[in-house]
Amino acid sequence: MSLTAKGSRTLKEGAIGMVLFACAAVSTLVTLGVVFVLLRETVSFFSEVSIVEFLTGTRWEPAFQDKRFGVLPLLSGSVMVATGAGVIALPVGLMTAIFLSEYAAPRVRRTLKPLLEILAGVPTVVYGYFALTFITPLLRVFMPETEIFNAAAASIVVGVMIIPTVSSLSEDALRAVPDALREGAYGLGATKLEVSTRVVVPSALSGIIASFILAISRAIGETMAVTIAAGNLPNLTANPLKSIQTMTAYIVQMSLGDTPQGTIVYKTLFAVAMTLFLITLGMNILSQWVLSRFREEYQ
Amino acid sequence: MSETRPLGSGESLFYRRRRLKGTIFQWLCGMATLVGVFALGILLIDVLVDGLGRMSWSFLTSFASRFPERAGVKAALAGSAWILGLTAAISFPISVAAAIYLEEYAPRSWVTRIIQTNIANLAGVPSVVYGILGLALFVRTLGLGRSVISGALTLSLLIMPVIIMAAQEAIRAVPRTIREAAYGLGATRWQVVSHQVLPMALPGVLTGTILALSRAVGETAPLIMVGAVGFLAFTPKGLGDQFTVLPLQIYNWIQRPQDDFRELAAAGIIVLLALLLTMNAIAIILRNRAQVRR
Repeated sequence: MSLTAKGSRTLKEGAIGMVLFACAAVSTLVTLGVVFVLLRETVSFFSEVSIVEFLTGTRWEPAFQDKRFGVLPLLSGSVMVATGAGVIALPVGLMTAIFLSEYAAPRVRRTLKPLLEILAGVPTVVYGYFALTFITPLLRVFMPETEIFNAAAASIVVGVMIIPTVSSLSEDALRAVPDALREGAYGLGATKLEVSTRVVVPSALSGIIASFILAISRAIGETMAVTIAAGNLPNLTANPLKSIQTMTAYIVQMSLGDTPQGTIVYKTLFAVAMTLFLITLGMNILSQWVLSRFREEYQ
Repeated sequence: MSETRPLGSGESLFYRRRRLKGTIFQWLCGMATLVGVFALGILLIDVLVDGLGRMSWSFLTSFASRFPERAGVKAALAGSAWILGLTAAISFPISVAAAIYLEEYAPRSWVTRIIQTNIANLAGVPSVVYGILGLALFVRTLGLGRSVISGALTLSLLIMPVIIMAAQEAIRAVPRTIREAAYGLGATRWQVVSHQVLPMALPGVLTGTILALSRAVGETAPLIMVGAVGFLAFTPKGLGDQFTVLPLQIYNWIQRPQDDFRELAAAGIIVLLALLLTMNAIAIILRNRAQVRR
């Protein structure tokens, strides 16, 4: 091969490498973009509203004459829905994972897993419809005081929605536990239940906890189902049968209307989104930390 | 003789109780698994019962209307098709290139580690936050307005981390011996990637891409934020046109109190689910073909 041909080949290779790197770097630019956009308007928001009022105020009334900017009602709405969803999804998801990994015959597993994947793929607007037209009427049969828009129905559908997140990630963790551990326990006379709950689950605990955290983080970021089912009333209440508003629902409600750019109401959008972003990011980082810090290494 | 019995009579009660506990636990776990399956079943039945009556050819070929009997999803279907095509065209090449870089080119350095961690974190950012980025960046700063292209760019950012991670996994699954054989024959790195690694990883990459795209098709919130509208009487003709998509049209109908519009919403959901199911079926077929070959 002549020297020039070799040179042009190296040049081409180098150029390709640069293009590929640029594409990989796009993701980092996206993060920077998100942080920059949120930060710019949030800083400007906090120059008008004190951060203490934002974090401790119990009334969220940005559009009223007498404006109040306490984020607690929105935050408590999000936390309430996520808690309710967690109560449903964490045990059900984990037990699903144990069943699929430890008990189910391969054929049963092959049938059930795609169904759970479909459950994960149903758009959230569909879950919203389901909550509003099926779950809420059902709740009202048993508890007539339930409002048309209520946190309970939203919690239930969000719970169903995140079952696959818990079950598929937990199942991966359970299946990564080597069979030698199971066989060792059987050899000592343990039953299948004892092997599953006292050997396999503790060995996979980091992965299971990481899946729990990720699922809750998803529930907090969930938007459409909550907007449709839980309503748009920023209520600081512990009653799940009442209408509430989550952070995500507020963001959607604001962007449906035509809020003029630069107003304080427009800036609330970014302050709330920043709060949401920090919470979910924190939980994602926490789940990765749990995974790497407490992982049992198996060959 | 009593020695030939595996257990003493006192122990056998103990063992029976342990076995009974095991059986109960197994049943509980099995029932927990069915919770998800049942929920899916009830959801589908609920939607079908409400919506099938509204399904007709004219539902697919009519625009949204104030009169429920004349309303249809034409604008929404066209918008979803535009969004699907554009999002695929934007996100697929960039994501695959990024995955190739991270798996085949990237040195083990802190830059690589940051990019990798960042991608994992981006996958967990709620979609409304992407909507805000789209609003500030594409709609306002770049001046693209409330257009199809703004929506497609926003959704591309949203699904890129998902495609990148799926593509990385597919590329990682290509055996190292293939690469070494190609290098041994004198191939350059790009030749190895483009002639050997990519063709082998392609089914896996495509599966991940289709699944990510089906997520984009079902997204509502970020598109509300970049200004897609719920009521439109024309289909987009170009990148700068206003648009609506199926989930948004459904949301618009859900919000109306009249039962007629609820039925329209259910019919819209049937169309949306049919579209997603088709995409998922394609993804599963691709995945099975990839598994057979390996």
